[in-house]
Amino acid sequence: MARSTRVLPGFGPTLGLTLTWLSLIVLLPLASVFLKASNLSLSEFWNVVSAPRVVASYKLSFGMSLSAAAINAVFGLMLAWCLVRYRFPGKRLVDALIDLPFALPTAVAGIALTALYAKNGWIGQWLEPLGIQVAFKPLGVLVALVFIGLPFVVRTVQPVLEDLDVEHEEAAASLGAGRGQTFRYVLLPVLLPALLTGFTLAFARAVGEYGSVIFIAGNIPMISEITPLMIITKLEQYDYVGATAVAEVMLLISFALLLLINGLQAWTARRTGRDR
Amino acid sequence: MLKKRPWSRALAVLLALGVSTGAQAGTTLLNVSYDVSRELYKDIDPAFSARWKAESGEDVTVKQSHGGSSKQALSVAEGLEADVVTMNQAPDIDLLVERGGLVAADWRQRFPHGASPYTTISVFLVRKGNPKGIKDWDDLAREGVQVIVPNPKVSGNGRYTYLAAWGHALAKTGSADGARDFVRKLFANVPVLDGGGRGATTTFTQRDTGDVLVTFENEAILIARELGAGKFDVVYPSNSIEASAPVAVVDKVASRRSTQRQAKAYLDFLFSPEGQEIIARHNFRPRDEQVLAHNASRFPAIRTFTVEQTFGGWDKAQAHFADGGAYDQIISAAKR
Amino acid sequence: MATAATLRRSVDPAARFEARSATREAPWVKRTLLAVALSFFALFLLMPLIAVFIEALRKGWETYFTALIEPDALASIRLTLLAAGIAVPLNLVFGVSAAWAIAKFEFRGKHFLITLIDLPFSVSPVIAGLVYILMFGAHGWFGPWLNEHDIRIVFAVPGIVLATIFVTFPFVARELIPLMQAQGREEEEAAIVLGANGWRTFWHVTLPNIRWGLLYGVILCNARAMGEFGAVSVVSGHIRGETNTMPLQVEILYNEYQFAAAFAVASLLALLALVTLGIKSWVEHNAARSGPAAQDEATAS
Repeated sequence: MARSTRVLPGFGPTLGLTLTWLSLIVLLPLASVFLKASNLSLSEFWNVVSAPRVVASYKLSFGMSLSAAAINAVFGLMLAWCLVRYRFPGKRLVDALIDLPFALPTAVAGIALTALYAKNGWIGQWLEPLGIQVAFKPLGVLVALVFIGLPFVVRTVQPVLEDLDVEHEEAAASLGAGRGQTFRYVLLPVLLPALLTGFTLAFARAVGEYGSVIFIAGNIPMISEITPLMIITKLEQYDYVGATAVAEVMLLISFALLLLINGLQAWTARRTGRDR
Repeated sequence: MLKKRPWSRALAVLLALGVSTGAQAGTTLLNVSYDVSRELYKDIDPAFSARWKAESGEDVTVKQSHGGSSKQALSVAEGLEADVVTMNQAPDIDLLVERGGLVAADWRQRFPHGASPYTTISVFLVRKGNPKGIKDWDDLAREGVQVIVPNPKVSGNGRYTYLAAWGHALAKTGSADGARDFVRKLFANVPVLDGGGRGATTTFTQRDTGDVLVTFENEAILIARELGAGKFDVVYPSNSIEASAPVAVVDKVASRRSTQRQAKAYLDFLFSPEGQEIIARHNFRPRDEQVLAHNASRFPAIRTFTVEQTFGGWDKAQAHFADGGAYDQIISAAKR
Repeated sequence: MATAATLRRSVDPAARFEARSATREAPWVKRTLLAVALSFFALFLLMPLIAVFIEALRKGWETYFTALIEPDALASIRLTLLAAGIAVPLNLVFGVSAAWAIAKFEFRGKHFLITLIDLPFSVSPVIAGLVYILMFGAHGWFGPWLNEHDIRIVFAVPGIVLATIFVTFPFVARELIPLMQAQGREEEEAAIVLGANGWRTFWHVTLPNIRWGLLYGVILCNARAMGEFGAVSVVSGHIRGETNTMPLQVEILYNEYQFAAAFAVASLLALLALVTLGIKSWVEHNAARSGPAAQDEATAS
């Protein structure tokens, strides 16, 4: 706290503007969810959010989001590595397209992925004889969530990889370490915080995803219903209170996740700070 | 560096573009409707405008909003300014009576035939040549048959399918347990539950998923003709549910916007011979005896039952779909 | 958020790694890694994009362009541009001011504040739409009052703009905060001590330092604003030619079995995305040339 030594102006106005805008656009609207859900008594609330179908949807949403984030962590790291370390034709295009899932409307992504992975689609027709069905199965949810989350991992790992000091690797090499060992003991520890952050961001985004998933999921109760669909289903049956109760659970989890991410970031910053 | 001026100029252009959309001559009506009535109202609206212009000299433009029936009703309840609603199940209009009194409680008496200008029935669409030999409801519960149905929780189309299957089995077995058992077997054969009728159609026709699509007659004919001529066949079961599509003026909105006269005329037009012809052309079963008579070849006569006859009213039918109700129990217990 | 603005790109960045024996792998390792990573890329990113364009052009260029100049499609393009045109500048102002407060000053509860700013990233779009119905719907907090004064928020343009602002809320702020934190406040403090006022300091000292990060934030924010589907869908009302944005128009056309037209509008959004990403590449390129020192540090946020 360096209140007395503050030289720069504008703290009051900018913080004031930030808090006002934040309250109007984010906090006040989100508060309405909690207020609506508070119409339920604690036991009613618990009954709604712990109904078997809703619980099955948490399992699917969180399980698939975790798996998707894990897949993205592995392949995202590989992609980031290739983009930073190797020269290959078409690299700029690949680099530019990584952000595509941010910009493409989720519904379009969902329709395109369903068309590709249905049993008569370009990819699905090859998987069908192998007995692998993607579209309209829980696996389809995974495919959509991998699509949605990929840029998060690549874009958090990439800058760290680019800033890496080559000296560590040279030292490891001069001490006789192979590339595998160097990666395992020298590079991975430095990359891990960024990788974790990317993983968590991809996970957080995947849990709430709706538009792309509904097209490809199949939406069968107890099997392929995601939690946001449960909210929509309740809404369309005029069950606002039930919808907000499930929404509240999701909000709390999202918030906890983000606190975790920011903790990770602080950790990352400290570690890279020490490195310099 | 960001320059200020081009930015604000661009914004001004954008705003101008936005404003220019607002201006429209004469009265506008907003018809909030369900998912598969899109093509129908694309023909009804200009026909009504022309008729109204001829009768009263007034210009009326009708705007459309389509989506899942319940979702649309909810939007109207929350303030979507519909002058008229044209839904596919009565509870979606009853909702507007209950929530905020937007529609008069006696809406069923305001227009002929219980304020329902047409009916349709749930039929089957199968792949060309009917490879699985699907003839009647019982075939849908057979092992190895995949049935595509929209989600009964949120779609009126799916709801009618569930009720039709229930009604069929109830008549056959004579007991609610028998009906429950049959519907459970049928829904165990459903691999995808789309959010609306159109989603289910896409899954069946474009993704090659499922052996039979259960949907409204008008939709089945439209698909068989337009989405893949020669790729699908329509199959009529031995009996089916009669789905009547209810309409109502949203009095509260219409009186605030002073459009009651036009709104009523618009719905009246649906019951006029001209409106009924358009309705028949879109493969909905018209109410007008004469229109029905000379379109008889389009509409094979099969035994039908209504929600009132089989379930004793919508309230009791709706109870099937409540959270934890019969549908939830069936779908959760269905073995896949 | 991915802060690719912080990526430094020299002319051939990978060369320095490939040149040294200590930082390169055996050719077969490189080839395997490239093969696996690029197959993954092709399978999950490239194929869906190609599918969109192929479907859009399935019935030829004429159908493609007819679909785009159809009045309802044009109206949806206008509405999308309008919503983005309002949401992006507002979030730009907010983002810069939040970044200034957070990066240049120390205060209690900063991490908490950052987390709150991040919140819209992970809130399900469905909830983002629902909250505005709960507030401004006929049965919402302000519903009766709005009704009395004949003001429409949800199922009209203001609701669509609000939902767009919500989902794009964190982009600019999140891009700038790590950047400005990394830059510290010495330069600004020097300017103030030398007698410049706050505005001049911001305009001549801070802005040149953050311009690329700012532009990148705006670009991402804009792309997301134009592409948002879930939240806008809840508050739109789906009135043809009036409250349909481009992503909603895609859904409508798709539901009317006009698949080629649906994908044509979708491809336009994909094109916007591609142009956006192209601009972003160019921005990064310039950022790298304009001196890595200015862009230094700022690890991934």
